[in-house]
Amino acid sequence: MKETTMDDIAPPLTRVGIIGWIRMNLFNGVFNSLLTIVIVLFLWYVGPPLIRWLFVNSLWGSTSVACRNAAGACWSVISANYRFILFGFYPYDLQWRPSTAMLVLVCLLLISRNRRLWKKWLLYAWGAGLCCMAVLMQGGVLGLTPVESTQWGGLPLTLLLAIFGLAAAYPLGVLLALGRRSKMPAIKILSIVYIELIRGIPLISMLFMSAIIFPLFLPEGVTINKILRAQVAIIMFTAAYIAEVVRGGLQAIPKGQYEAAETLGLNYVQTMRLIVLPQALKIVIPPSVSILISAFKDTSLVVIIGLYDILKTTQSVLANPEWMGFSSEAFIFLACIYFVCCYTMSNYSRRLERELGV
Amino acid sequence: MDSHIASQPEVSESDVVIEFTDVHKWYGDFHVLRGINLKIHRGERIVICGPSGSGKSTLIRCINRLEEHQRGRIVVSGTELTNNIKNIEKIRAEVGMVFQHFNLFPHLTILENLTLGPVWVRKIPRSEAEKTAMYYLEKVRIAEQARKYPGQLSGGQQQRVAIARSLCMKPDIMLFDEPTSALDPEMVKEVLDVMIRLAQEGMTMIVVSHEMGFAKSVAHRVLFMDFGRIVESNTPGEFFDHPQHERTRLFLSQILH
Repeated sequence: MKETTMDDIAPPLTRVGIIGWIRMNLFNGVFNSLLTIVIVLFLWYVGPPLIRWLFVNSLWGSTSVACRNAAGACWSVISANYRFILFGFYPYDLQWRPSTAMLVLVCLLLISRNRRLWKKWLLYAWGAGLCCMAVLMQGGVLGLTPVESTQWGGLPLTLLLAIFGLAAAYPLGVLLALGRRSKMPAIKILSIVYIELIRGIPLISMLFMSAIIFPLFLPEGVTINKILRAQVAIIMFTAAYIAEVVRGGLQAIPKGQYEAAETLGLNYVQTMRLIVLPQALKIVIPPSVSILISAFKDTSLVVIIGLYDILKTTQSVLANPEWMGFSSEAFIFLACIYFVCCYTMSNYSRRLERELGV
Repeated sequence: MDSHIASQPEVSESDVVIEFTDVHKWYGDFHVLRGINLKIHRGERIVICGPSGSGKSTLIRCINRLEEHQRGRIVVSGTELTNNIKNIEKIRAEVGMVFQHFNLFPHLTILENLTLGPVWVRKIPRSEAEKTAMYYLEKVRIAEQARKYPGQLSGGQQQRVAIARSLCMKPDIMLFDEPTSALDPEMVKEVLDVMIRLAQEGMTMIVVSHEMGFAKSVAHRVLFMDFGRIVESNTPGEFFDHPQHERTRLFLSQILH
């Protein structure tokens, strides 16, 4: 007797292969068919001119005069000015130093991606790396020419503000979240006031305060580095948002976990460190990364207090009469840099989620 | 499970390990415990039953201060429960507890669940703590699961792990808060078996449970609670065969069909 199962019969041709896929995904129903046609037409009209503008008719290394007569994009605005865009007023001859510093940073970040390498030596590596970066940027020792922080700018400044901002804001946010759920009234009220106050103020006004109002309160002769002030403002601002996200995670931990920990005799710090936070922080990876990404992009707001981050250096290039008018190209370049950074973060968060089985 | 597994413990006043004197507790306006007087001796095994909301869980949760009482005295192993953190820590170190919903730590392996307390609270070296943990896992017959996570185990297995976790702290007293109520019927026995073996070793046990078979075979005393009071307290034989109070009779008729 011949056995027949469902597998024995080949599916109809219209259901498999390319034709099947097209039918299933592009033309299943009237609405989808219409949508497909509209989109194809749109791409047909927009695609070729866009590609011609971006690649075919574009100029990559010409003078600005040549650009004025070209039909395509003028990438020369980038190639002629990339050093200024990336490093701002950092002395031209010394720009290998911020480059090296960024390279060290990127290497450390790449190594830290792998959770299996989260050991003590990595912590030391970070310590060493940070010192190395500080020395490279600041100079003044080992025969390196000193460079004032007022001359720092471009991508190193953006990364500095973002990475240190986020690295400091996260622990602070966790502490604030714990504080807000504390049984001690003073700590609880303080945390709530802080969080609500900071969330009620736009980042721009905090940056203004740090730049203009805060120095008024300092005694005569005392000045605090402008970058540091902006950095603190970013940390304080981001921490408030992180606190609320983490609080959400804390609330998701069942009461039984606390009770089991108490019954075992764990104290508050141990309970939080060993039981509650590992579970809570795992839950809040996706919203945390959202906040980190938006905080990263928000660092560009420091332009309003006159710091030359990568957005401001780009604007400065465009303010130069020689390159005026090529803003699309410059901002596309800028967008690409931001996108690479943010996409890397979001990609890593998805990987973490997968590894931790959220 | 038929015959009673142990005779009454030698009872003397000095052996009292838990003493409640006129204990009251309120949740807001709700008067949960209304004057509890209770003495529990070393090695004694007590089963507490009663309708839901009668205060039986609250009663045993007061013993290790998961709940705070507002009036009266509770003395555990000679230490009175007050707001003094040192006292609370001392008592918690001597009292183990098993919960209805196991409350294992889901982000840690079974072995890590068991070694957490000994390593962090008792400051025992990890290797030694792991040895102890494996001994108790062996005892609850689950040693082969040591490297798994709680989520990969069945309810009955999880509850046995929870018992082992408590035992790793070498407690003098074990509290069980409805340990089998959240289990599928076919898993109740494996957990009760572990508890019976524990009883045979002379552990002081206070069990909130409606497992009447367990009460009959293991308990020295069965308490019936209703409306925040201990209505009846008797040996299992007397309790089941000749309940004194009308409410006890009604309750028993409802659960013993």
